[in-house]
Amino acid sequence: MSKNLNKLLIPVLSVILGLVVGAIIMLVFGYNPIQGYSQLWNGIVGDVYVLGESIRQITPYILAGLAFAFAIKTGLFNIGIEGQLIVGWFAATYVGVVLDLPPGIHLIVALLAGGLAGALWGFVPGILKAKLGVNEVVVTIMMNYTALHVTNALVRAWAGKDTSERIHETASLRIPAWEEATMYSRMHAGIFVALIAVFVIWYILKYTTLGYELKAVGLNRDAAQYAGMNVERNIVIAMIISGFLAGLAGSMEGLGTFEYVATKSSLTGIGFDGIAVSILGANHPIGVIFGAVLFGALKYGSLSMPNPPAQIPEEMISIIIAIIVFFVASTYLFPWLKEKFTRKKGAN
Amino acid sequence: MEYVVEMLNITKKFGDFKANDNITLQVKKGEIHALLGENGAGKSTLMNVLFGLYQPDGGEIRIKGKPVKITDPNVANDLGIGMVHQHFMLVDTFTVTENIILGMEPVKRGTIDIKDAADEISRLSKLYGLDVDPYAYISDISVGMQQRVEILKTLYRGADIIIFDEPTAVLTPQEIDELLEIMKKLIKEGKSIILITHKLKEIMTAADRVTVIRRGKGIKTLDVADTNPDELASLMVGRNVHFKTDKKPAQPKEEVLRVENLVVKDYRGVEKVKGLNLSVRRGEILGIAGVDGNGQSELIEAITGLRHADSGKIYLNGKDITNKRPREITETGLGHIPQDRQKHGLVLQYSIAENVILQTYYKEPNSKFGVLQFNTVYQSARDIIEKYDVRTQSEFEAAGSLSGGNQQKVIIGREIERQPDLLIAAQPTRGLDVGAIEFIHKQLVEQRDSGKGVLLVSFELDEIMSVSDRIAVIFDGQIIGIVDPKETNEQELGLLMAGQTEPLEKKSDKTIEREGE
Repeated sequence: MSKNLNKLLIPVLSVILGLVVGAIIMLVFGYNPIQGYSQLWNGIVGDVYVLGESIRQITPYILAGLAFAFAIKTGLFNIGIEGQLIVGWFAATYVGVVLDLPPGIHLIVALLAGGLAGALWGFVPGILKAKLGVNEVVVTIMMNYTALHVTNALVRAWAGKDTSERIHETASLRIPAWEEATMYSRMHAGIFVALIAVFVIWYILKYTTLGYELKAVGLNRDAAQYAGMNVERNIVIAMIISGFLAGLAGSMEGLGTFEYVATKSSLTGIGFDGIAVSILGANHPIGVIFGAVLFGALKYGSLSMPNPPAQIPEEMISIIIAIIVFFVASTYLFPWLKEKFTRKKGAN
Repeated sequence: MEYVVEMLNITKKFGDFKANDNITLQVKKGEIHALLGENGAGKSTLMNVLFGLYQPDGGEIRIKGKPVKITDPNVANDLGIGMVHQHFMLVDTFTVTENIILGMEPVKRGTIDIKDAADEISRLSKLYGLDVDPYAYISDISVGMQQRVEILKTLYRGADIIIFDEPTAVLTPQEIDELLEIMKKLIKEGKSIILITHKLKEIMTAADRVTVIRRGKGIKTLDVADTNPDELASLMVGRNVHFKTDKKPAQPKEEVLRVENLVVKDYRGVEKVKGLNLSVRRGEILGIAGVDGNGQSELIEAITGLRHADSGKIYLNGKDITNKRPREITETGLGHIPQDRQKHGLVLQYSIAENVILQTYYKEPNSKFGVLQFNTVYQSARDIIEKYDVRTQSEFEAAGSLSGGNQQKVIIGREIERQPDLLIAAQPTRGLDVGAIEFIHKQLVEQRDSGKGVLLVSFELDEIMSVSDRIAVIFDGQIIGIVDPKETNEQELGLLMAGQTEPLEKKSDKTIEREGE
């Protein structure tokens, strides 16, 4: 009970502290934090357009965070979400452009293609770790860049230029009625995909034998082996599922936000932000939603901060996010302070 | 007689719980004073009070006659109190000297003066017969040696009151003997020792006096010369304890496990099991005696499928299980109480309930269509908690929050309830107190009586002698003799364990003698 309370308390305190420290920094540099934060707030929920865009921004963060959280629960540090996301984006878009299928079915096939491409990108480090003991961190980092350059080459070879065609409407996540209602924001139905994924992952981890096995392997590999679980197979499955989720995150961009795929000069950053999202959410599937809402909202809202009268550079938000993540990551600080406090009380 | 340490009427509360309730401990200069109590009796709390880690809520501490307030371990150090912890606090990649000077490095012209420190350590090592190489790396020396480094650490810091916290839990029988010798040397040089333990034998051989505590209360302080293990055990537990496991004669039936010419290598590729043969029958307990490191771990890991067997055959219930996956072997009828309960036996972060289904989670009724049936799981966990007397608040508690004895009961309950045909128990009572040991031995005998085969591996000769129906002695990866516990003694076993193979004739001599009587 109190343990759950702590789990909730730490992120909330961290966010408040992050905003307070952010305000101090704004003051130091001669900005008005009240103006800054009110513009930030209005940039997130000020009107239906920004609200729609905020939700759009939140969607891939949920899936990327979920991918990381799932891997962590099973004892794997999947830093390759970025690359899995990029190949997922490409594969989903490719299917969305090339195939001609009925509405609904086309979308599902395209989503699956994105997820499977990500799963493939997760499978490689998974099998290397399982069979040869190669550290997944090294492999996944390398595969991020492989993904970037391979998809760039594929886009050019396929489209003949730096941008692909638009996907067919049958494969799109966009909902015209929503677009109209939100003053033509790019909000799309991907948010449902993300929330369903959260539910499925939560259910798997909590109630299924698969989740039980995966967690056991993550927590104590020796005991898992003693119990007769196939540790190698579990590692591969975990990386496949994590990669699938990351691939879905990429599909959100390809089938919802942009509806095309273009060559990229650098990584998108969403995959790396997914790590922070997961940490903010205490690596818990439900927590990831909150982490993603915070992260996505701050990221998108920050675009309004440079406007007058506040005129605060949007990079300010990166500082605040960094501070929040710092506080959450240093979770030992709070229990330590708490213990120190109660100990003193106990000694008197 | 002068007391070096006096802890008078010490009380330490955690919330409403009195971990120490008015305990008095007085240690004379130059004695080995044992502090005896079950797990959780309050020994560690009392010592942590002495070492400055806890502040007492009542009572007084006097060191060499002077009242003191020990506010933190540094104060304890300054007063000449040193502690050899049960879990060593050493940096593996540092040398002995580097570990010992850590935190108080002698500096000469801005650099650490290793040589002087090493010379001093050599001197101390010789003085007390510790035989430690100051330049050896911790990762290269044995556990027994590492413990000596811990002892040297306290000596180097000028301690003359040394607390040993369960020092023999990690040692082989030889190392235990050597340690007790070292202790005797230490007191000869004027040191005083507090020995925390629940092993009665060590107290009887090494200690001068003993203070027994039970449930946070000081029960009695006695001269060891005036007492005996039975008295100490009943004082510690608060009731009479049976050392000899009560059991009827074994009624061995058909063979359940057969090991033929088994060869197993350890993780470094060194052959540890070298053509071993073994047979266990239903209705008997076969004890494997031997000094640690003679292939016991590798043998069990090979039988249970955790380690690859290089050659040879293993049959369980007549079925070839050589190099099969652990799950297949488990399903063929194997129960396994692993040597390291925290490493292999439990997922510490999982609840008791989740641990109870560690090998059976995928089967009905624990799960259906891949979904865990928690109501069933909780019920079977509650059954095990009740039947095996696991002391816990509920089945939702994390296994890691249980004491060692209760963790072991969870494992034993789980393995027995699976109704295996062969139960392997590796060091099943390691680190446990008398009450728990008695309980576990009883369970093993019950398994035997219900027609299961039991394979017991232990480094404790007493355990092997009192529980087994047959004793197989393992030496250098082979079974070099099988003896009847009723017709052998510690000397004979000790010789066999050291690799002397002449027991067969001797045994038959004895049999003849018996018949002649």
